[in-house]
Amino acid sequence: MKKILLVDDDQDQLDQLKFHVERFGFSTITAGSQKEGEDVISQTRPDLAIIDLMMENQDSGFILSYKIKNKYPDVPVIIVTAVTPETGMRFSLETGGDRHWIKADKYIEKGIRPDQLHREINKLLKL
Amino acid sequence: MNTLKVLVVDDEPGIRMGINRVLRNFTVDFPFLEEEFGFETIDAETGEQALEILDKQAVDIVLLDNKLPGIFGIEVLEYIREKEFDLQVMMITSYASLDLAVKATNNGAYNFVPKPFTPQELKAAMESITKHLYLKRMTYKMKEEGKQLRFQFLSVLSHELKSPINAIEGYLRIMQDKQVGENIDDYQNMISRSLDRIKGMRTLIMDLLDLTRIESGKKKRNITRIDLCETARIALHSVEPLAIQKSLKLHFENGQPLYVRADPTEMEIILNNLLSNAVKYNRNEGEVFLRIKSNDNQVKVVVEDTGIGMNKDELDKLFDEFVRIRNVKTKDISGSGLGLSIVKKLVDLNHGSIEVDSQPDKGSVFTVTLPKS
Repeated sequence: MKKILLVDDDQDQLDQLKFHVERFGFSTITAGSQKEGEDVISQTRPDLAIIDLMMENQDSGFILSYKIKNKYPDVPVIIVTAVTPETGMRFSLETGGDRHWIKADKYIEKGIRPDQLHREINKLLKL
Repeated sequence: MNTLKVLVVDDEPGIRMGINRVLRNFTVDFPFLEEEFGFETIDAETGEQALEILDKQAVDIVLLDNKLPGIFGIEVLEYIREKEFDLQVMMITSYASLDLAVKATNNGAYNFVPKPFTPQELKAAMESITKHLYLKRMTYKMKEEGKQLRFQFLSVLSHELKSPINAIEGYLRIMQDKQVGENIDDYQNMISRSLDRIKGMRTLIMDLLDLTRIESGKKKRNITRIDLCETARIALHSVEPLAIQKSLKLHFENGQPLYVRADPTEMEIILNNLLSNAVKYNRNEGEVFLRIKSNDNQVKVVVEDTGIGMNKDELDKLFDEFVRIRNVKTKDISGSGLGLSIVKKLVDLNHGSIEVDSQPDKGSVFTVTLPKS
């Protein structure tokens, strides 16, 4: 069974993510902060990671994603956040620009529907 | 690679072609940039044509001859300045007189290249104008960001308000799709989590209202003679339920009535915030001490807890708006991040001061000092 690392500092978001991802048929490891996420990856290699952007720091998700890619270059990383409606900042991983410094495979806005998330996970895991 | 659009305005085809040839494979890079700049040229034979192009598309650099068949380069320059286009102009001219130089520089031309020029001269000039353009844009961007502190406040606020909405919406969707089955009892946890998040939002909104009222000075103050010990008892009463849940002991040395002239609501907000923090950030079965002392000139309110405490970095930003100390120990504690900044503002309004002393895992002591008159 594929193992997915979920990191979010909002306990409710984390619980819901876990709920959905487990229903898709994956096993999960959860972490409530960038720090906890780092502890997890120092010991385990997940098959995929889904990370919230703003945790202890505004850029926690980017940093954690960078660290995951450093250690496990082929583990896909999804960054989930609500940053665009809040700050107007946009990141587009589809085209060159941001890809070059944001080490993630997919960037999705919060409020994503479970079936969309499922599709994205399957795509990245090539299922 | 970043591509800069260069508008070449010259009536001599030979010059335009020469510039095109030099810039086609030329790039500029700086040690502090990851990416280099390349150039794409657009030609204009006359000043009129140049104005047309400038109105239609974004251009980064203009290489401008002065002596043109119709309107002169200097007029194009004036037009650019009037319209406040975000670009840099370099004059290329063989008729560079002191008069023109002064006029052009006053109108914002960045530099001159004398005609005829060698490819090296053009490259050197392009390098410096590109750097100038880049730095100017960066400075502008940073200035804009500086102006946006208010914007930052609002974006943090929207984050704090949106997180609970997202959480509640997520739970409702699970319920709507009956993803855990038909039995409502199986959704109890989601329902009570949703209610908690709603409560948190309500607190945030109330705090925010307090804060805006204090900031705009519209909060009508009602200074009367009040017994601070009585206010303290009311505040203690309001945190009691949570204290019981955590099996905390609240201590208040219940002294003589202590009369001060102050606004009772303000005093209540100060005491409520300090006490509820002392309870929230405490360990189970911990203790909270409230002491109110006074001498001839001032009153000291001391709130001490046996909670998680803070380190130096955390203490430094404690009174900032929306700074909730976020770490593993606080992640299950809800708060608006506004409480202490409200306390600070109210203490300031009363010409008092607030101090905090804290040790991680030992506890914190907050001391509010207020003048008596």
